[in-house]
Amino acid sequence: MTHETPRGSALAAEGRLPAERVALVDLLDRLLAGGVVVSGDLVLSIADIDLVRISLRALIMSVREESDAPDQGGRYAPTWK
Amino acid sequence: MTDSGTYVYAVARDAGHARPADLAGVAGTPVHAITHGGLVAYVSTVPLEQFGEEPLRRSLEDLDWVGEMARAHHRVVEAVAERVPTAPVRLATVYSSEEQVRDLLDRWHDDFTEVLSHVSGRREWGVKAYVDPTAAASAPAPAANGGGEGAAETARPGTAYLKRRQASLRNREQRWRQATARAERIHADLSAVAVASRLHRPQDPQLSGRDEWMVLNGAYLVDEGRGEEFAAALDALRGQDVDLELTGPWAPYSFIALEFDRADLEVSGDA
Repeated sequence: MTHETPRGSALAAEGRLPAERVALVDLLDRLLAGGVVVSGDLVLSIADIDLVRISLRALIMSVREESDAPDQGGRYAPTWK
Repeated sequence: MTDSGTYVYAVARDAGHARPADLAGVAGTPVHAITHGGLVAYVSTVPLEQFGEEPLRRSLEDLDWVGEMARAHHRVVEAVAERVPTAPVRLATVYSSEEQVRDLLDRWHDDFTEVLSHVSGRREWGVKAYVDPTAAASAPAPAANGGGEGAAETARPGTAYLKRRQASLRNREQRWRQATARAERIHADLSAVAVASRLHRPQDPQLSGRDEWMVLNGAYLVDEGRGEEFAAALDALRGQDVDLELTGPWAPYSFIALEFDRADLEVSGDA
């Protein structure tokens, strides 16, 4: 289940959630769109995020139709100051 | 062909205590460290019958399997990030040998060093904003029709249906515009307290477990000393029209924008 932190002051309380309590969907956001990406012949597996997303999407779509929220448009790169 | 590969979780500065004690990685494999040139990569040896390209492609269709792998990957990243600045590696990155990992640390040493300096002393926080699409926005409800028009409706029920439908869509669009404008303000205010920010795609309701519109799925890299300030900014943004959900602190997953293509650098070109 999604964990909720009702008060921002919970920021002060150090200590991360155990891996088992982190919502999988929040984790996948980060594991599939972030991190060091290596592609090329010597890497055997999936570095291509789109492939993974497509796979998961196929799974989700089989359970439920796609969200009816309008598309936000895409600009999902980090912004640094 | 060899029957095992090297799964890579994260790269960090080698602080001299590289070995995580008894840490289990994906598929229960023990994690070990490869140190090279002041950097350390956390890896485990995985069977290619599970982590080769084809088996992996099939397994990625199975959300339970992906979930287990993701949590195992995350556990390792967390254990490392607790102690040293860490660059997590994309889920499911498998090399053919440990020598290739050393080569990665060697070739990209300066890039890793730079990105690790950017995330040092900083934490990633996640903030999601939800808006209920059925909640009353400032859009007025459709006015009741007068008698004359009512008669016309009876005569042409199809037209009346279309009008109602158009009005309903207009209201929905207006609510959406208001909600996204709100989300942009939230993102701007939180970004002001962060050294870097990033938007993730809104989550599918099937995965988030919530039917409301997710109008913001943001990640914010915040200096450890400014955590309270970030919390205060978040609290100031809470209101009846929006539900804000905080997650974290995370290892800086969303702020490691390093993409290497090995093939570009191979002298021999493609096989």
